[in-house]
Amino acid sequence: MDITVNILLTIATAATPLLIAAIGELVVERSGVLNLGVEGMMIMGAVGGFGAGYLTGSPWIGLLAAIIVGALFSLLFAVMTLSLATNQVATGLSLTLLGLGLSGMIGTSFVGQPGVRLPNLDIPVISSIPVVGRLIFGQDPVFYISIALTAAVMWFLFRTRTGLTLRSIGDSHTSAHALGIKVIRYRYLAVMFGGACAGLAGGHLSLVYTPQWVENMSAGRGWIALALVVFASWRPWRVLAGAYIFGAVWIGQLHAQAFGIPVPSQFLSSLPYLATIVVLVLISRNKRLTMMNTPASLGQPFVPDR
Amino acid sequence: MRIELVKRPQRSALFSMLSPFIAFALTIIAGAIMFALLGVNPLNAFEIYFVEPISQVWQLHELAIKAAPLILIAVGLSVCYKANIWNIGAEGQFIFGAIFGSIIPVLFPQFEGPLVIPLMLLLGMVGGAFYASIPALLKTRFSTNEILTSLMLVYVAQLFLDWLVRGPWRDPQGHGFPQTIQFGESAVLPELMPDAGRANWGFVFALVAAVLVWLMMSRMLKGFEVRVLGSSPRAGRFAGFGFNRMVFFTFLLSGALSGLAGISEVSGAIGQLQPVISPGYGFTAIIVAFLGRLNPLGIVAAGLVLALTYLGGEAVQSALGISDKVARVFQGMLLFFVLGCDTLIHYRIRLIGMALTKPNGAAQLEAAPKLEEAR
Repeated sequence: MDITVNILLTIATAATPLLIAAIGELVVERSGVLNLGVEGMMIMGAVGGFGAGYLTGSPWIGLLAAIIVGALFSLLFAVMTLSLATNQVATGLSLTLLGLGLSGMIGTSFVGQPGVRLPNLDIPVISSIPVVGRLIFGQDPVFYISIALTAAVMWFLFRTRTGLTLRSIGDSHTSAHALGIKVIRYRYLAVMFGGACAGLAGGHLSLVYTPQWVENMSAGRGWIALALVVFASWRPWRVLAGAYIFGAVWIGQLHAQAFGIPVPSQFLSSLPYLATIVVLVLISRNKRLTMMNTPASLGQPFVPDR
Repeated sequence: MRIELVKRPQRSALFSMLSPFIAFALTIIAGAIMFALLGVNPLNAFEIYFVEPISQVWQLHELAIKAAPLILIAVGLSVCYKANIWNIGAEGQFIFGAIFGSIIPVLFPQFEGPLVIPLMLLLGMVGGAFYASIPALLKTRFSTNEILTSLMLVYVAQLFLDWLVRGPWRDPQGHGFPQTIQFGESAVLPELMPDAGRANWGFVFALVAAVLVWLMMSRMLKGFEVRVLGSSPRAGRFAGFGFNRMVFFTFLLSGALSGLAGISEVSGAIGQLQPVISPGYGFTAIIVAFLGRLNPLGIVAAGLVLALTYLGGEAVQSALGISDKVARVFQGMLLFFVLGCDTLIHYRIRLIGMALTKPNGAAQLEAAPKLEEAR
C-alpha cells in the first residue's frame, strides 16, 4: 500500500511542472501567440529560483524569484514578436537557446551546492489519514497551486468576458482589432502569464523536484509542455489529464530502471519523448478535432494598421 | 513609450544588407555590458574572445573545423525554413548520420582502402535523411506538428548513441570507457593541409554544399518551388507544386546534409564515437541559418562567425575563468538581434510617447500626417 501511495505521490510531483508550464502556454496560444521558448523560460525560472533560494535561504523567496524571472524573460519574447512583429517560431527558439546558455552561465557557481527544499504541506491531523491523507493533504505547495491554476484558467477562459475576448483575439486578431480591442496589450499580458507559469514550473524543478541546480535540468520538459497543449487541443482539463499521463510515464520508466528490468536504461529514458510523439500522432490524426480547437491566428504576426 | 511599425512600400534593400551587421554590433554592445557585469574589462575580454582565437594559422584551421558542421547543417535548414517547414531536429539527424557512417569502421574494421571514406559519407547522409524522414512522414501522413516531433527525436537520438557506445559498440579494449574503437586509418577523413593545421575535408564539403544549394535556390525550378510554397502555399497549390512532396524534399535534404556533417565530424575531428559528439551544432546551425539570411552564401560567413563564438568561449574560459556557456549566450543574443533587425526590412519603426499625456487635439493633429504616410 505504501509503495502505491509513494508512486502516486511521485507521479504528482513529476506532473506538476508539466501541468503548470502547459497551462501557461495554453493561455498564450489561446491569445494567438506561439511561444516556443517554454524550455528556455523554465530553465531560467529554475536557475533564478535556485539562486534566490540558495542566497536568501528561503525557498518561498526562491519560488517568487522563479516566477518573476520567467515573466521578465518572456517579456523579451513579447517585445520581439508583438512590438517588432518578428517570426514567432524563430524568436521562440532563440528564447530557448538564450535561456539554456544564460542559465548555464549564471548557474556555474551553483553546481554542487546544496539547495533549499520547499517543505511539504502537512496539516496535522488530516494528513495522517491513511492513503488519502498524504495524497490530498500532504503534498508540496506548488502541487496545490497547479491544481488551483488549472481551475482558475478554465474559469477565466470560458466563464469570463475577458477570457472570451482573449479567445476571440486568438481566433481573429484583425476582427478583434476592428472591434477596438487592444490586441497587443492582451497578448503582452498573456505571454507574460505564460512566462510566469514556465518560471514557476522551473522553480518547482529546482526547489521541490530535485532541490539542486543541474545544467539543462529541465530536460525537454518545456517541449513536452508544448506538446501537451496540442495534445489537449487547447482545453485546460485535458492538459491536466495529459500532464498526469506524462508524469506517470516519466515515473514509470524511472521505477522500471530501479527494478532492473532487462531493457537498457537509455530506452526507458527515451520513453517520455517517444510517448510525446505517439500521442501527437494520435491526436493530430483526428483533423476535425484539431482544426476546430486550434486558435485560428496562432503564430501569425499582427501589425495593427491605423 | 510605445513602438509602432509603419509598413514600407517595398522591402528595404539597404536594411536587408545591413541588418546582420547591425545585429552583430548590438550583440557586441550587449556583450560588453555582460562582461562588465561579470567584472571583466570588456575590451580585454573581446580581444581574448574575438581576436586571439584567430590570430594564428593553426587556429584558423580550428575555426574551419567548427564552422564546417555549422555551415553544412544550416544550408540544409535554410531550404526548410524558406519553405516554411520547421525542422529543428538537426542535432538528432547529425547524430544518426554519425552512427550510420560509423557502421563500417566500427563493425567492419578490417575493410580498408580508398572506398571506405566515400561509403561512410554516403551512409552518413542516408542515416541523417532516414532520421529526418520520420517527422516528414508524420507530418504528411497525420499532419503532426514537425517542430515537436523533430525536437523529441533529438533526445531519442542522444540516448540511442549513449546506449550504443556504452553497450554493443563499446571498445572491448577501451578500459570500460564509453567509446567505440578508434577508426582505422582509411576511415579517417584526410586533413587538407596536414602541415599547417587540423582542418579536414569537411570544410570543403560545407563550401560545395553551400554553392550547390545556392545554385538550386536561385537558378533552378526546385528553388523557385521552395520559395513559392514558403511564402504562399495557396499560390503554390495553384502552380501544381505538391506540399507533401516539398515536406519530404526539404526534410530529406536537410537531414542528409546534417548526417554528412555528423559523419564528417566523427571521422575527421573526433576519430571515434563517444556519448557526446556535438556541442549543440544542430541548434547553433539554426542561428547560423538566420544570421546568414537563409541564403547559402550568407550562411558561409555566418557559420564562420558562430564558429568563432565557440572558440572564443573556450578562450575566455581558460584565460578569464568565465564559463564557456558565454558562447551560448552570445549565440542566443545574436539570433535575437538578427530577428529584431529583420523587422527593419519590412517596417519603419517609430517610437511614440504616451499619447494620453497630450491634449486630444494635438494628438489628432499629429495623427493626420501619419495617415498620409501610411498610404
